[in-house]
Amino acid sequence: MGWRLSKFNVVSMVFGFSFLYLPIVLLVVYSFNASRLVTVWSGFSTVWYRELWNNRGLLDAAWVTLRVGVLSASVATVLGTMAAIALARYKRFTGRTLMTGMVYAPLVMPEVITGLSLLLFFVAVDFDRGFWTVTLAHISFTMCFVTVVVQSRLISFDRSLEDAAMDLGATPTVTFFQITLPLIWPAVAAGWMLAFTLSLDDLVIASFTTGPGATTLPMKIYSQVRLGVTPEINAVCTILIAIVSVGVVIATLLNKRRLVRQARNERLAAEG
Amino acid sequence: MGEAVKPGAVEREKSGGAGNRRKWGIGSRGLFRRVVIGVPFLWLAGLFLVPFLIVVKISLSQTAVAIPPYLPTFGDPSTWWSGLTQLTLDNYVWIASDDLYFNAYTLSLAIAAASTVLTLLIAYPLAYGMAKAPPAWRITLVMLVILPFWTSFLIRVYAWIAILKPEGLLNQLLMSIGLISEPLVILNTPTAIFIGIVYSYLPFMTLPIYASLERMDHSLTEAAADLGSPPLKSFWTITFPLSLPGVIAGCFLVFIPAAGEFVIPDLLGGSRTLMIGKTVWLEFFTNRDWPVASAVAVVLVAILVVPIVIFQRQQARVG
Repeated sequence: MGWRLSKFNVVSMVFGFSFLYLPIVLLVVYSFNASRLVTVWSGFSTVWYRELWNNRGLLDAAWVTLRVGVLSASVATVLGTMAAIALARYKRFTGRTLMTGMVYAPLVMPEVITGLSLLLFFVAVDFDRGFWTVTLAHISFTMCFVTVVVQSRLISFDRSLEDAAMDLGATPTVTFFQITLPLIWPAVAAGWMLAFTLSLDDLVIASFTTGPGATTLPMKIYSQVRLGVTPEINAVCTILIAIVSVGVVIATLLNKRRLVRQARNERLAAEG
Repeated sequence: MGEAVKPGAVEREKSGGAGNRRKWGIGSRGLFRRVVIGVPFLWLAGLFLVPFLIVVKISLSQTAVAIPPYLPTFGDPSTWWSGLTQLTLDNYVWIASDDLYFNAYTLSLAIAAASTVLTLLIAYPLAYGMAKAPPAWRITLVMLVILPFWTSFLIRVYAWIAILKPEGLLNQLLMSIGLISEPLVILNTPTAIFIGIVYSYLPFMTLPIYASLERMDHSLTEAAADLGSPPLKSFWTITFPLSLPGVIAGCFLVFIPAAGEFVIPDLLGGSRTLMIGKTVWLEFFTNRDWPVASAVAVVLVAILVVPIVIFQRQQARVG
C-alpha cells in the first residue's frame, strides 16, 4: 500500500476513532459531574467517588469479581496452555478432532447458551451455586481464548531449540519448562490478561451460574443500570477503565522492551 | 537465518522433526503427553460437552412443577430406561407452532445481518486508512482499535444510554445546533441496537480487514495506475478482492455473537425488541420453563452452526 493518506483516509479514521472513543470519554467526564442528573453538567466534583467508597454492596461485588478473575484466569492459563501444546505439538491422538471442536466451539457459542448449559449441569450434579460455580464457569470459557493465543505463538516458533534440548536428553517436561515456556511467555501472559478481562467483564455466564453471596460487579452494575444511569456507576466504570488502560499500557511497554532486547540480541548474534 | 536455506539444513530439520515427534512422546505413553492432552480434554468434556448434552436432554424433557423443574431426571439408574421413554419433542413442536419464537429468531438474524453490514461500512474505510498510514504510526493505530476492547463491554454499552436517551447528550447537541426541535427517540428502538452492536464489534471487523490490507502487495495497484486505471476502479478490481478473506472473517466475527447477543438488545433495545438471547433468558429466569429455554438454545446453536461450518471451510481453503 502507498503511504500517502488522502483526505478520505483521514476523515474515515477520524470518524472511526471518534466513534470508538467519544462514548468512553463522555462517561469519564460525567463521572466528575457535581449534578446527580447525568446529562446536565454543573461543575467538577469527586463526590461520586467518595459516595462509591461508602457503597458496601459495590465494594463487595468488586472484591468477588477480582477474586473470581485472578483465580479463574490463572487456572484457565494453565489449562489453556496445556490444550495449546496438545493441539500444536501432537498432531495425532485419539479425540483430537473432538478436542479441537471443544476448544473452538465455546469461542462462538452465545454466552446465554454457555451460561444456561453450565447452570443446568451444576443443578444436575447438585453442586451448590456461588463463588466456585462462577469460577469454574469462567475457567471453562476463558481457557479456550488462552489456547488460541498460545497456540498461535507455538506454531510460529523455532522448534530447533526444543529439538536440541531433547537431543541432549531433556525430558519433554524439562524441555517445556526450560525452553518452551520462557519463549512463549509473552503469549501466556497475554492469555492470562485476556482471560482476566473476559472474567471481569462477564455478565451473562456469571448471572446464570451464580448463587447466594456471589454477586459480581457486572451483575451489580447491570441491576443498577436497569434502574437508570447514575453518576456512581460512571465513577465505577471510570475506575475500571483506568485500571485496564494502565494494565494495557504496561503490557505494551514491557513487550516493546522485550522486542528491542530481542532485536539487539539477534543483531549481536549476527555480528558475532 | 531462514533466508539462505542450505540443502543440509533442510535434511537436518526433517530428521529433527521425526526425532522430535518420537521425543514428544508419539507412540509412547509419556507422562507429559498424557497430562497435557488429558487434563484439558477432560475439563472441556466435563464442563462444556456434558453440560451441552444436558441442555439437549432437558430440551426433550417435560416441564414439571418440581425441583429441578423438569421430568424425567436421571438420579436413580434403575429408572433410566423408563425415563428415556418419557422424552418428547413437545418443546420443539411448541417453538415451531408459536410465532413468538419464529419472530425472535428471524429478528435476531436480521438485526445481526444488518449490523454486520453497518459495521463493515465503518470498519473498512477505517482499516483502509490505517493500512495506508505511515508504518511508524500503524502499531499505535492498531493499539487504538484494540484498547476499547479491553474496557468492559457492559460499560461501553452503558455509555450509549446516556448519549441516546431522549434528554441525552446527542439530542441536546442536535437541538442546540437547531437541527431538530424535538428529541429523537433512539433509545429502546432497533436503531439503538444497531449502534450498540456496531460500536461493540467494530474492532472485530477492523482488525482482520486491516491485517489483509496491510499484507497486500501495493505494486499491483501501482501497476494498474501506470496502465491508466482510475483509483476507484483499481480499488474494486484489485484491493477489495484481495481484502476479501479479512472481510469474510470480520463478518463472521460480528454476525455470530451479534445473533445471540443479550446485553445490547436488553439495555438499548427496550422490551419490545425481543431477540433470541433475551428469549432464552426470559424463558429461564422469568417463566422458569427450563425445557423450552433449552430447546430454544439448541435451535439457536443449530442455526449458528451452519455459518460456522461454512466459515471453517472457507478458512481451510484460504489457509
